[in-house]
Amino acid sequence: MDSHAINDLKKLLGADAVLYRPEELLLYEYDGSVEVARPNCVVFPRNTKDVLGIVQIANRYQIPIIGRGAGTGLSGGALARQGGILVVFSRMNRVLEIDIENQRAVVQPGVVNADLSVAVAHTGLHFAPDPSSQKASTIGGNVSENSGGPHTLAYGVTTNHVHSLEAVLPTGELVRLGSTALDPPGYDLPGLFVGSEGTLALITEITVKLTRLPETVKTLLAIFDTVDDATETVVDITARAITPAACEMLDGWTIRAVEAYVHAGFPVDCAAVLLLDVDGLREVAEQHAEEVADVCRLHRAREVRVARDARERDLLWKGRKNAFGAVGRLSPTYYVQDGVIPRTKLPQTLRRINEIGEKYGFEIGNIFHAGDGNLHPIILFDAREEKQFQRAVASADEIIGFCIEMGGSITGEHGVGMEKDRLMPLLFTEDDMNLMRRVRDAYNPAGLLNPGKIFPNTKGCGEIHVRPLPVAGVSRA
Amino acid sequence: MNIASATVPSRLADIVGPSNVGTDPAQLAAFAIDDKSPSSVVRPQSAAEIAEIVKFARKEKLAIVATSARTKLGIGLPPRQYDIALDMTRLDRMVSYDPGDLTLSVEAGIPLHKLSAILAEHRQFLPLAVPYFDRTTIGGTIASGVDGPLRQFYGTARDYLLGMEFVTGEGVVAKSGGRVVKNVTGYDIHKVMIGALGTLGVITRINFKTFPMLLSSRAFVATFQTVERACGMRNRVSQSHLAPVTMEIFSPGVANLFASDAAKRIAPTSIPENIFSGSRWIFTSGFAGNPNALARYENDLRKTAEECGAVDAAVLEGPQLASAFALKREFIPIALSSSPATAVLKISGLPRQIAEALTAATREAETRRLPWVAMARGVGIIYFAILPSESSEATKQQAVQAADSTLSTCAAWGGHATIPWCPTAWKSALKVWGLPRADFAQMLKLKKAFDRDGIFGPGRFVGGI
Repeated sequence: MDSHAINDLKKLLGADAVLYRPEELLLYEYDGSVEVARPNCVVFPRNTKDVLGIVQIANRYQIPIIGRGAGTGLSGGALARQGGILVVFSRMNRVLEIDIENQRAVVQPGVVNADLSVAVAHTGLHFAPDPSSQKASTIGGNVSENSGGPHTLAYGVTTNHVHSLEAVLPTGELVRLGSTALDPPGYDLPGLFVGSEGTLALITEITVKLTRLPETVKTLLAIFDTVDDATETVVDITARAITPAACEMLDGWTIRAVEAYVHAGFPVDCAAVLLLDVDGLREVAEQHAEEVADVCRLHRAREVRVARDARERDLLWKGRKNAFGAVGRLSPTYYVQDGVIPRTKLPQTLRRINEIGEKYGFEIGNIFHAGDGNLHPIILFDAREEKQFQRAVASADEIIGFCIEMGGSITGEHGVGMEKDRLMPLLFTEDDMNLMRRVRDAYNPAGLLNPGKIFPNTKGCGEIHVRPLPVAGVSRA
Repeated sequence: MNIASATVPSRLADIVGPSNVGTDPAQLAAFAIDDKSPSSVVRPQSAAEIAEIVKFARKEKLAIVATSARTKLGIGLPPRQYDIALDMTRLDRMVSYDPGDLTLSVEAGIPLHKLSAILAEHRQFLPLAVPYFDRTTIGGTIASGVDGPLRQFYGTARDYLLGMEFVTGEGVVAKSGGRVVKNVTGYDIHKVMIGALGTLGVITRINFKTFPMLLSSRAFVATFQTVERACGMRNRVSQSHLAPVTMEIFSPGVANLFASDAAKRIAPTSIPENIFSGSRWIFTSGFAGNPNALARYENDLRKTAEECGAVDAAVLEGPQLASAFALKREFIPIALSSSPATAVLKISGLPRQIAEALTAATREAETRRLPWVAMARGVGIIYFAILPSESSEATKQQAVQAADSTLSTCAAWGGHATIPWCPTAWKSALKVWGLPRADFAQMLKLKKAFDRDGIFGPGRFVGGI
């Protein structure tokens, strides 16, 4: 990268807000996915004016710019695929305004998801989207990826909780999209920009909706001796139109990994558990808890436990939210998929995943948002062996192919990023993608912002890079 | 137009067959928008046919408006040009419905009531309780972006739309989203189509998440001496753990409105007289659930109403509940048929600004002796209907002044207001789409990406898009 550009960035932001030495950049060459890409420099803006200045410099030298929150993403969305300036929002981490009466908050993009809920907890409100990375991931990142989480089953994903955005376009325009009041006249631009994976704008301010915490939460753990019984239970709960706040499944293999690490109290000899939250008014939650327990028993649940208090509930959820960290202790590398299927297809899909694992000789763990049909098969492999890696990718592709065959999608919440761009043609025609590319070009005409993401390039596949997992215990998904 | 307009129908007939092209003046008049009739009505049967029509129109510089039930063509500004009415009623198929997955894919021209009947067989529904419910189609509902009372609990279509297929201004059939309940693959283009009045593309297919039908439901109604007290009740409920499915506040004048013939056709079962009558403000909220939950709602709402100074209160169920719900849902059509010159302002503010906004709009109307009636949704949307007894030039001036002042007041609070419905002759004087918006430049970019040549309803949308 042009040393003049570095100097300009230092002049704009101060020397302590610009990293460019190779050893400083190491930390920023990965995120939570298996991808690797090193930026030329990393900058830390403090405010919107800084962001505008960075974009001007990027334009001056024609250098790519990539936004990044905490780097917990699972599809390489915040990686500098073609090098350039990585704009890390960790210093723009202030909650600017909390409006309890109107249930809104204005935050900077670097605010950590869980911190906002903590900040408003005393008022009985919370920020509902709860990705498992919520103790680390930022709201800016959540907005860019349209993050989900276990409780999105009842509460919706990030886009359902965003009113308006302030953003800097890669052309250097500062824009405000949408409004705090509902139904602003015109096109729903926040609806387009949320989930655009950082390819349309750098988000500098977000007005979010705050949701009232439920009066009662009941957490149930249903224990099954076969995976089929667990998946059939989910099908039945969905068909009976009971909507739990969360409905998560962990298979036996994952449970044993979790128990060895978290000691959440999952039985290690079972084939699968369902972790369910039902919530709402006391009168409603109690009834739904009974209904859910009945359906579980109908499908031969060995046992249905109801958490007696908040401590028990938190422990069960800790097991769920730390599951990926637990898996990381067992294998040098793993590859998480994010396919979605209609809920009615859960049993056969889980059986198929198992067959695919056997075919390729991999252990595939399953821990996922069963209530949404959002799968997270975890393929364990050793990246040091090139052949194993190729087989892992091939097995993952076969799983995704099956999801599509079932009428599903390639990603439910992790994003396409640089990991699944080559899979886009499985869902979208060239016409579909050309229109999306045209939308991208409308706001990102020179392609300076986050290049090489979402859309397959003409070079074709085989450019996924893999690194061994750096640390176990990072919670994800 | 650069070809003889006489050849247009035959060229269209080449695409859809002669029996699906109309040029009869009476038929064309039925598709008029703000007194402007198209020169052809064409009834395609598929997205592929629409793509051909669009390609033809683009080449010949003809303007297209897609419609089916024609219930909401009055929304927006008069079209600058209008050549082809695309009658979507033949695209009325259910593409797929997986009740077990609670997902649905339908063509845009399917009538909402027909779709509701199919879903009801599986005890499911779409929370689109929108105006003209018995006539409107799913495509018109989405393209116009109209809302309904159920948004209190279920949000708007953007919260349960899963994907869409549409035809762009280049005549390309494209899609976004999918059919599963959770999906982040590609841009959420379907969201920008909601409420775009068809100016980005012709919606041909829509995928939705469906919902389990409500268990038995009731509505709580309480009347108050002042708007502040009625809004106080709204505030208290929204701060509680109660999660009602609807929540509205009606102005005193609603009694006359709901006594009209139009209202009686929509809601044949009369509501007890003490409810929508007199000079009081009305708070009403629907709730649903098991018997214990119903009892809890009723008890908590009664207590809250008392503490908020309600004059009286009642709980509606059965046919009365259905009537009250229909009146809420059809507030706008009833208001439109109740005056020769109805103008409906849609005012958006923060939920806590409802009382203040209502007071301001009321002052503007009453200062000018304009009869009015209002319905406010608990989420912060107010429909303020001005109902003059005649549509003279003087009345128009009064209405324009009242609307302009209300628009400015809303903007000063950080809210916004538009005038989705008003007499055609008033549209050039009224700020139909509200005050200019800072993000308009970004909307233009989107329009260019979808419809570079501006063939979809040119001039009708925000900023003359």
